[in-house]
Amino acid sequence: MYRGCGERKMELKGRIISKGVAEGEALTTSQPISFYGGVDPDTGVVIEKGHELEGKKVKGKMLVFPNGKGSTVGSYTLYRMKKNDTAPAGIINEECETVVAVGAIISEIPCIDKIDISKIETGDIVRLEDDTVRIRK
Amino acid sequence: MYLTKEEERMLDGEEGYAAKKSMEILVALGDIYGAEKLISVGSVQVAGVSYHNLGDAGLEFLNALARDGKVKVLTTLNPAGMDLEDWKKLGISEEFAEKQNLVIDAFRKMGIIISCTCTPYLIGSLPTYGEHIAWSESSAVTFANSVIGAKTNREGGPSALAAAFVGKTPSYGLHLEENRVPDAHVDVRVNLKKLSDWGALGYCIGKKVGNKIPYITGVKDADLDELKSFCASVVTYGSKPLFFMKGITPGSEKHQLPKEKIIIKDRDIKEAYESINDDVDAIDFVCIGCPHCSIKEVAEVARLLKNRRVSSKTEFWVATSRLVKQLADKRGYTEIIENAGGKFACDTCMAVAPLKGRFRSVATTSAKGCYYSRHNDMKTKLGSLEECIEAAVRGKWS
Repeated sequence: MYRGCGERKMELKGRIISKGVAEGEALTTSQPISFYGGVDPDTGVVIEKGHELEGKKVKGKMLVFPNGKGSTVGSYTLYRMKKNDTAPAGIINEECETVVAVGAIISEIPCIDKIDISKIETGDIVRLEDDTVRIRK
Repeated sequence: MYLTKEEERMLDGEEGYAAKKSMEILVALGDIYGAEKLISVGSVQVAGVSYHNLGDAGLEFLNALARDGKVKVLTTLNPAGMDLEDWKKLGISEEFAEKQNLVIDAFRKMGIIISCTCTPYLIGSLPTYGEHIAWSESSAVTFANSVIGAKTNREGGPSALAAAFVGKTPSYGLHLEENRVPDAHVDVRVNLKKLSDWGALGYCIGKKVGNKIPYITGVKDADLDELKSFCASVVTYGSKPLFFMKGITPGSEKHQLPKEKIIIKDRDIKEAYESINDDVDAIDFVCIGCPHCSIKEVAEVARLLKNRRVSSKTEFWVATSRLVKQLADKRGYTEIIENAGGKFACDTCMAVAPLKGRFRSVATTSAKGCYYSRHNDMKTKLGSLEECIEAAVRGKWS
């Protein structure tokens, strides 16, 4: 692709888990995330040993991952992150499960699932608006 | 998901903030899992009580709900991070206690019974066969589903609260008969001798069946404490929070033996002990009561500790609900245990109290307790009540 020939854009439709609008740079992983024990709520840094995103900050990012995993306390961890201002701006999942769904709802973090996450790469600019994901490469 | 007019009203915020947030949670869960509607629940049990796990943000969330949220059904609480009446003796800091009390105040304001136990079925929240409930604590969920035959998913703290404020839960998962069919046959060819063997058996079955529902044959009899211990272990180490045990738990007669067969032999139990037990001899913490002790277990502890003395190098806890402790007070067990240097840890337990860094090694009758103690950086020893009491008295395992 030549530089300057315009940016590529894409639009995907999904299922609303937590309603809202969010925009930011994508941080993408193909691995599930456990918020309880896997992400430090004070810094927003992924701390799970051996995780693709280990050491990466999720704060303000459009966090793209297939699904959540682990303890149900993870919902409260997301809420803590929101209050500590370390939470992702939005969450995009392939298949959302209860821990992330409940966490996103109580924290009012926009969240969507049923999205083909292989279409979104780290660094893409992503806007999430209710059931629509707009991607700028 | 279909919503009644009243449910729609709650979702629109006409019954206040807590009801609205609760409906948002229940509708999202219902949509994710394809529930057709909400169903009424007979009782709720709420986990996520320890300030250790909630932090200030969790406390803030609970306070926001407590402003206008009132539970609609019998609702009890999981253990907190400390004994609510006598936290000082357990070495809890003033700061932690202050925050923990604020958490409890929020729950009290919601109309929740401050039971702080993982065994609600021992203190008056006893579901009936087939009853729909919304419980959180995994061992209690497994006990209710399997031993009693009630129906509940394993709720998280917020979704249990949502069920309590609405009095309903989405109809999916283990609420539906079609999802309560066993899919792994486990034949137990082991002579279970002591309570900890049940924890070891739970470890074996949990690890082997993974995310399945075991149909267990070969167990001749089981009492309350044995089933309580097994429930805690099997779900901690892997399985869904439901099992059938032929001749012992209700409903097993309805199901055919699943084709997939797993045999548990003495060697498996021995291996379970080997992987749960660390190479350690000095024991500075002994805890009995994961899940919380029944009155029968407290009586056993008192019998074994009578006229003995817990080592000065060892902290000894009996973790139980306050109601069981009150029975123990009346029976004189409390006096015997405290005279021997033991402590009652009511309202809390070894899994949720802030114990990291306080002890190097723990001896317990609970396989689940070992799992959580390792999270707290302790070396673990799983053994019979007799072995654990010996360890407490001698300050060492061997």
